[in-house]
Amino acid sequence: MLEIKYKNQRYYHHKDPRKPHHSHNGGGGSVSGKNTDTREIKIVRKVLDVNDTIAHQNRELFREKGVFVINVMSSPGSGKTAILVKTLSHITQKIRCAVIVGDICTSNDADRLSGFGAPVAQVNTDAFGGDCHLAAHVIKTAADNFNLDEIDLLIIENLGNLVCPAEFDMGENLRIVVLSVTEGEDKPLKYPLMFRVCDAALLNKIDLLPYLDYDRETAVQNILKVNPPMPVFEISAKTEDGFDSWIEWLMQKLHG
Amino acid sequence: MHEMGIVMQIIKIAVASIPDDLKNAQIKRVNLKVGKLSAVVPESLYFCFQIAAQDTPLSDAELNIEEIPLKIRCTDCNVEWIASEPVFLCRKCNGTSVEMLSGRELDITSIEIVDKDN
Repeated sequence: MLEIKYKNQRYYHHKDPRKPHHSHNGGGGSVSGKNTDTREIKIVRKVLDVNDTIAHQNRELFREKGVFVINVMSSPGSGKTAILVKTLSHITQKIRCAVIVGDICTSNDADRLSGFGAPVAQVNTDAFGGDCHLAAHVIKTAADNFNLDEIDLLIIENLGNLVCPAEFDMGENLRIVVLSVTEGEDKPLKYPLMFRVCDAALLNKIDLLPYLDYDRETAVQNILKVNPPMPVFEISAKTEDGFDSWIEWLMQKLHG
Repeated sequence: MHEMGIVMQIIKIAVASIPDDLKNAQIKRVNLKVGKLSAVVPESLYFCFQIAAQDTPLSDAELNIEEIPLKIRCTDCNVEWIASEPVFLCRKCNGTSVEMLSGRELDITSIEIVDKDN
């Protein structure tokens, strides 16, 4: 629906003339009195609505096919791939998994995630201009690599980045954020959107705690300040400490 | 980091919003709402817009960004406040049942155009 506003008069482009007109809101868009030809056209549209529409289509497709989808996000080097390697080694005996892994370059992560009986699709975003995140249309294309009828759990490993991926819905059921103890305790406060949009946090590399001046309690408190109900699993992808709780929670969500 | 992609999308929406009867229109201003909690930096949007708008009907356009504060409401005690920090705990009862009323916007609200034929 469009409203065209002239400087001194307004008319409306409503398909349905019975509907109420939009409020007269300059929104900082006032125009100079000299520019009598300037018109304001109301749009009121989400900038990312194209992505959101495709994400909605993905979500419908995954629901129809009975595929549960998780989107794993973190900064680079927090241990996403190591966590997923260990997670796959625990669950692929019981659950039919597939993985989409995003990186700007290389298929290193896909190589590491192969060999567990789960098909892996590597997305390199240099083909998309070196994008710093995965988006819904990329997932739609990547999912074509799999027979979704034969998959229970689709794991998306996003690009290492605590900023941009938080803005892009891809049609997933759950968002997981990984924070490692080699990063600052205040990361949740510095990157609040990421911690706000996620459903669970994995605090990784806890095997390193004896060697670090890291206040794990402060880190967890900071996560909970941004997202109070969020479960936080303290884990080590190296020693597998904490993996039982994480995997039990994931399986509950998958079967719930 | 992803502002260029966002700007390209803004330009696409703005151009598509020019009414069909104004074929020769020049967009003078694009009005946006950007929430405080959105992962978008307004300065980067301005910078990318200058580059991406070249050779489009937005080449002379100005990007006008209204920053929307992070507004939170406690669903237990109904208190509302504008948060200067991303802390989602009720400032009155310290409860954890809160909802975000604003701050995640990334919306294009209007364009202002000049019809060169007029």
